[in-house]
Amino acid sequence: MELHGHDHASEPQAHDEAPGYYEVMETALRELLVEKKLIDPAEIRRQIEVLDSRNPALGAKIVARAWVDPGFRSRLLADGRKACEEFGITFYDDTGLIVLENTAEVHNLIVCTLCSCYPRPVLGLPPDWYKQKPYRARAVKEPRALLAEFGTHIQDSVEIRVSDSTAMLRYLVLPLRPAGTENFSEEQLASLVTRDAMIGVVTAELPETKEIMQ
Amino acid sequence: MKEAIRDRQHSSEDIVKAFGEEPMFDIGDEVIVSVRYPIGHFRVPNYVRGKRGIVEAVIKPTAINNEEEGYGRNAGKRRHYYRVAIAMTELWPQYVPPGDGLRIEIFETWLERR
Repeated sequence: MELHGHDHASEPQAHDEAPGYYEVMETALRELLVEKKLIDPAEIRRQIEVLDSRNPALGAKIVARAWVDPGFRSRLLADGRKACEEFGITFYDDTGLIVLENTAEVHNLIVCTLCSCYPRPVLGLPPDWYKQKPYRARAVKEPRALLAEFGTHIQDSVEIRVSDSTAMLRYLVLPLRPAGTENFSEEQLASLVTRDAMIGVVTAELPETKEIMQ
Repeated sequence: MKEAIRDRQHSSEDIVKAFGEEPMFDIGDEVIVSVRYPIGHFRVPNYVRGKRGIVEAVIKPTAINNEEEGYGRNAGKRRHYYRVAIAMTELWPQYVPPGDGLRIEIFETWLERR
């Protein structure tokens, strides 16, 4: 979804390589759709702005609210999309959202083995590794070995539950609230929730523990 | 049964539903994912085909069929997706520990009763 500067000759070139096969294909298709008046260039630019406005801070706010507000937590687990819409987070891509709650018994991990389905409305664009084949294949084949490489060690007594998004549903992991955060404000709690924790490759942690170790 | 029929006489349950409108499977149903290799666009990964699972949730509302949509045919083809639980040991016989599992949404046309 990159807009290329080919019709803005004055723009500095970011790279000198010739465009790849799919890049040429995308440009040709886009220009054809514009020429046939099926889409407007402003629509493409607008959609990029929509995507750019979404980032993990939105998801972190949702998680922090769920940690402090049991009513919101139940609504979020019952219908993820509806609860996010309470926050004004719109689902422009017509997807549903299942929020997966980590507990003392279950650790959730999300993946899209077919492509790169991701809860973009609440987390923005996925990290590169999420889209690449090693992650996609290993998440469903050897999730424990994969998690260990992220520094996440889950006891064998805890079930690892991998959700493979292939349909119109996206997933968001609701991490376990770290111990020792009883007096944290909602904002402080949100700062503990990382993108990776909402994918399920790590857990939510107190930053202090790491700083003390160093 | 008679009571059920009588109750329905004055309710909206008299409405006849279209094919595919009611889910074919219920929560807890034991299913197997079809083994098919159609040409075109479909969203059932190879690694789950032929594997046994249990319906964990019926996804509402109905959705259009990806395979039909890939050819621009959408009308009258709405059916349900099901969130299916499959054990890791069903997917990979050597897998340990045995408690781990997979969840995936499968379109109705890809599920068979077992």
